[in-house]
Amino acid sequence: MGLTPGYIARRLLLYVLIIWVTASLNFIIPRFAPGDPMATMIGRMEQQGARVENSAAIIAEYRRMFGLDDPLWLQYVKYLGNLLRLEFGYSIANFPARAMTIVARGLPWTIGLLTFTTVLSFVLGVVLGALMAWPRSPGVVRRLVPVAMVLAAIPYYLKALILLYFFAFTWAIFPSFGTEQIGRVARGFTLERIGEVIYYSTLPALSILLSSVGGWALGMRGMMVTTLGQDYLMLAEAKGLHPARVFVWYGMRNAILPQVTSLAIALGHIVSGAVIVELLFSYPGVGYRLYQAITSNDYPVIQAVTFILVVSVATAVLLIDLLYPRLDPRISYARR
Amino acid sequence: MAGLAEQVLTQVRTLPGGRLARRTARVRNGPLVVGVLLVGALVVLGLAGPLVVGTAGLQLGGAEFRVPPSAAHPLGTDTTGRDVLTFLLHAIIPSLVIGLIAGGAGTLTGTALGLLTGYLRGPVDTVVRTAADIAMTIPSLAVLVVISAFVRTTSIELMALIVALFSWPYPTRAIRAQTLALREQVFVQLAKLSGRSEVAIAFLELLPNLLPYIMAGFVGAVNGGILASVGLQLLGLGPRHVPTLGLMLEEAFNAGALIRGLWWWWAPPTVVLAVLFLGLFLISMGLDEIANPRLRRQRIGGAP
Repeated sequence: MGLTPGYIARRLLLYVLIIWVTASLNFIIPRFAPGDPMATMIGRMEQQGARVENSAAIIAEYRRMFGLDDPLWLQYVKYLGNLLRLEFGYSIANFPARAMTIVARGLPWTIGLLTFTTVLSFVLGVVLGALMAWPRSPGVVRRLVPVAMVLAAIPYYLKALILLYFFAFTWAIFPSFGTEQIGRVARGFTLERIGEVIYYSTLPALSILLSSVGGWALGMRGMMVTTLGQDYLMLAEAKGLHPARVFVWYGMRNAILPQVTSLAIALGHIVSGAVIVELLFSYPGVGYRLYQAITSNDYPVIQAVTFILVVSVATAVLLIDLLYPRLDPRISYARR
Repeated sequence: MAGLAEQVLTQVRTLPGGRLARRTARVRNGPLVVGVLLVGALVVLGLAGPLVVGTAGLQLGGAEFRVPPSAAHPLGTDTTGRDVLTFLLHAIIPSLVIGLIAGGAGTLTGTALGLLTGYLRGPVDTVVRTAADIAMTIPSLAVLVVISAFVRTTSIELMALIVALFSWPYPTRAIRAQTLALREQVFVQLAKLSGRSEVAIAFLELLPNLLPYIMAGFVGAVNGGILASVGLQLLGLGPRHVPTLGLMLEEAFNAGALIRGLWWWWAPPTVVLAVLFLGLFLISMGLDEIANPRLRRQRIGGAP
C-alpha cells in the first residue's frame, strides 16, 4: 500500500502536535510554578548588574521580549512567534550569549554522538540478535542471551560510572572530563582534531553502545525466532538454498522490520539517557549544557535545550515513520 | 475465564509451532523467579538493614571523612563523615517507593484509559491515542527537567508524581491493544446480550483477563520511574533531605568520588541499582511470557 496522502498528513499533524505540546508546556510550566521564576530571573540579572554592563537595558529588553505586561494570550502568541524564529532570549549565566547560540554550540557534539552510537548499536544488535536465534550459530553466540539481558537492563548512566572509574581513573587511558581541553583543540577537520574528538567521545559512546546493543539484540532475537518458524522459511531450506541466503534474505530481512518501529519508539529514551551520560563525562553536547544551565538557574537555556531536543527527536521519528512504508509494503495504513 | 484460557491454548497448539509448545508445556519461568529473588533480597535488605545499623551513621561529621572500608565502617565513610553502609541501607526503600508511586499512578491511569478507549473507541479513543503517541515521542527527561527546574521538588512523593506524567502511555497502549482483541470474544458478546452496561463489562468482564498485562506494565513502569528519578537526581533535581540511591550517586559524583578513587562511596549504590534494574527487567520479562503465550513459544524455539 505504501505512502498514502492520508498517512503522510496524519504523521505531519502528529509532528506539529508534538512540537506544539512541548512548546506550550514550556510556556505554561514557568507561569504556574510557585515562586514566580520570571521575577527570579529578572532578580538574578539585577544581582549581576554590578558585573554586567547595560543591565537595565537587558531587563527592559526582557520585559519587552517576554511582554510581561501583556495579557496571557498575547504573551502566548508572541512566545510561539519567537519559537518559530528559534528565539529563546539571552542566556543568564553566559550573558551576552543568546540561549540558542549555546545550544547550537553543543548540538553537533550530541548529534554526532547519538547518530554514531544509535546506528552502530542498531546494526550490531540486529546482527547479533539474529545470530542468537539461528540454530546453526555456534553455541557460544546463543549463550550470549543472559549477557545481552544484563547489558540491556542496566541503564547508561550506571555503565558510564563504571567505565569512568576504570578507564579514566584506574587505568587513565581516557580523560575523565572533556570540555576544558576541547576548547583548546584546533578547529577544522585536521587529523589532530579528529583524533581529539575520538579521544573525548570514546567513553560516552561506549556506555551508550553497551546498553543499546543488548536491547536491540534481545528484540531482534525474539522476532527472528518467530520468523524462523514460518512456513516460507522451511520451503526455502527445502529448496536447498544456501543457509546464508536463507538467514539474511528470508530471515533477517523480515525480522528486522518491527525493530525499525522499535527504533522510532526508543529514540526519546536514547536521548534522555544520553543527556545524563554527557553530564557524567562533561561531554560538551547539549545535555551537559542543560546540566550547567540547571545548576545556574539559566531558564532560557533550559527551555532552548528542551525544545531543540524534542524537535530533533520528533523529526527523526517522522523520518523513520515516512521511510517505513517503503521498507515494508505489507503495512496498511488504513485506520484501525 | 477458564473457557478463554482453554480457547487460547487450543489456538496456540494449532499454530505452526504448536508441536514445540506442547512438548514443553511445563515452562519454567526462569526470568520471573530470578527477578523476584533479586528484588525481594533488596526489599528485605532495605527493610531490615536500617533496624540493624540504626541512624547514627547518617549524622554529618559523625565519623572521620573518607575512611576506606574497615571493621567499624564496612563500606567506609563519605566526604562528610557519614557511614556509607548506613546511608545505603536507608536509601533502598525510599528509592523503591519513588518507583512504586510513579509506576502505580502511571499503571492505574494507563489501565483505565486503555480499557475505556479500547472498549468504547470513538473520538475519545482518537484523542487518548494521539496523546499517548505524543507523550511517547517526547524525550521525557527533557520535559521532566523543565518541570523539576521550576517546581523545585522537595519530597520523594512529589518527584514520583512528576515522573508519573510519562509513565502512563505504555500501559495505555498495551491495555488498549489487548482490550481490542478481547472485546470480540464470545463471553463479551454474551455479557452484552445479558444486558450488562458497557462500563460494567469493561471493568468486570475484561479487567480480570487483563491482569497479567497490567502486572507486566506495572513492573515496567516502576522500572521506568526509578530510571527517570535517578536521572533527575543526577542532574541535581531531586529532594535532598531523604536518603535515596540517586541522591547518593549524585553526591558521590559531585564530590569527585570517581576521580579521587573513593570507590566505596559510588560503587555500592551503583551495584544496588544495577541489581534492582536487572531484577525488575527480569520480572517484567517473565510476566510478559505469562501474559503472551506467543512469547513463550519464541523463547522455547530460541533455545532448542
